[in-house]
Amino acid sequence: MLQTDNPVQDLPAGHGHSVASSNSSANAVSVRNVSKNYGTVEALKDLSLEFPKGQLTSLLGPSGCGKTTLLKIIAGLLEPTSGEIEVDGRSVDGPGPDRAFVFQDFALLPWASVLRNVSFGLELRGVAKSEREDIAAKYIADVGLAGFEKSYPHELSGGMRQRVGLARALSVDSDVLLMDEPFSAVDEQTRRKFQEDLLSLVANENKTFIFVTHSIEEAVYVSDQIAILLPRPSRVSDIIRPSGLREKDSRSIRRDPEYLDIVDEIWESLRSYVE
Amino acid sequence: MKVFGIRLPGMSSLLIWGLLWEIFGRSGLSFFVPPLSDVIATLFEVIGTPAFQKALYETGYAFVAGVFFAVSIGIPTGILMGKNRLLDELLLPWVNIFLSAPLTALVPVLMVLFGFGMKSIIITTTLFAIWIIILNARAGVMQINRSLVEMAHSFGATPWAAFTKVYFWAALPEILGGVRIGIIRAVKGVIIGQLLISIVGFGALFELYSNNFLMSHFWAVLLVLFAMAFTISEVLAYLERRVSYYAAKR
Repeated sequence: MLQTDNPVQDLPAGHGHSVASSNSSANAVSVRNVSKNYGTVEALKDLSLEFPKGQLTSLLGPSGCGKTTLLKIIAGLLEPTSGEIEVDGRSVDGPGPDRAFVFQDFALLPWASVLRNVSFGLELRGVAKSEREDIAAKYIADVGLAGFEKSYPHELSGGMRQRVGLARALSVDSDVLLMDEPFSAVDEQTRRKFQEDLLSLVANENKTFIFVTHSIEEAVYVSDQIAILLPRPSRVSDIIRPSGLREKDSRSIRRDPEYLDIVDEIWESLRSYVE
Repeated sequence: MKVFGIRLPGMSSLLIWGLLWEIFGRSGLSFFVPPLSDVIATLFEVIGTPAFQKALYETGYAFVAGVFFAVSIGIPTGILMGKNRLLDELLLPWVNIFLSAPLTALVPVLMVLFGFGMKSIIITTTLFAIWIIILNARAGVMQINRSLVEMAHSFGATPWAAFTKVYFWAALPEILGGVRIGIIRAVKGVIIGQLLISIVGFGALFELYSNNFLMSHFWAVLLVLFAMAFTISEVLAYLERRVSYYAAKR
């Protein structure tokens, strides 16, 4: 363990519970003793992890550590070999309206306009056309794509496409947002802007975010809680909770000593696993 | 293509081949190849005759019906094979066998089973076209971007919704490619059917003209047939290009 849970936790106002709380109602998602085997290969081994409600938890680790596998098991896209997933206290074994997924490669319908793509989640749920398009239009504006409703994905830049993917996930109004390396396919500047936007999203939307990334800086920048996964077979090696970064202005976080220290410590713990 | 700095319109090569045909025909080297100008003159002569229009109708009817069945059975079968491992294992060997089998040899069997009429001709046409349509639809579905499939699943798509709203469209470029090749094969199928099963339609005209050594008539009908197949194929190729970005990876 390099940095154990902070005893005194500065959580956003209104979250009065302590970190060590095992009160299940404070956790939006619980992963209990999940294992995943592919044939004889153990991808995940007896992994347990709690995701506190209203917070952003990053899954961070070297490639091949099974972080995307874990995310897809939580999403219900993959079946765990053993163990269970609880969302809001209820055990789940498939995709559900309580979770929405943001894909690394955006997963947009190339033949559909931005408006239809954003409303597609609602379309699959049988929401009437005029209603779902109203909702979609609101979220398109929220992610800063107003005026692009009639554009097609191939007419947009990578960053704009991921905004479409984000708007689609927001428009179904799930409690839990699952993001699989959502910013890895966009350029560095767009990525920074996304990270800032994500911070205000976490602050303003009362949602739980589970965020897979391979970037240490990104994880420390955006997270309330960072779960470090180590590979072969994957297990949670450490949970880090940056304590003072949430109150900082999003532009000064990267100069904060705590930010720099945590980035360094995580790198020290991971470097031996990077070939 | 540019020759000596001059941009040539598409299909300019056809002019060269037409010219060669004309020269060869006029040289009188072969009775079987009359000059192109004679063939075209005959074409306009023949095209208005009731015999030709009846043949056009009979062939067109069998062709359209055969292609209709090939498309409406072939596309869903291909998509299902691409999505269902069990079905794929069951059907793929048969599809591959029939794709490469000499279907002409099967025609007598069809005659025994379905009689000497239009039904057998339509089935022959379908059999020529359907296999490549199945294979292409299957290939199209199998290379759909994995995260599109996961996206549909994670947002709770029913199998039917995923099929009609995602899989079909994502595979559409490949499906259209299959339909295009299938239609070219259907032209072959319908003529072979009309020659072997019952002598009707264009098949009957070919038979009539070649037996009576009416070579410019023979070539005229062949030109009509070629023009029709070419037009349909080009229209589909155009559509295919229009939807090619449907298969985009991100």
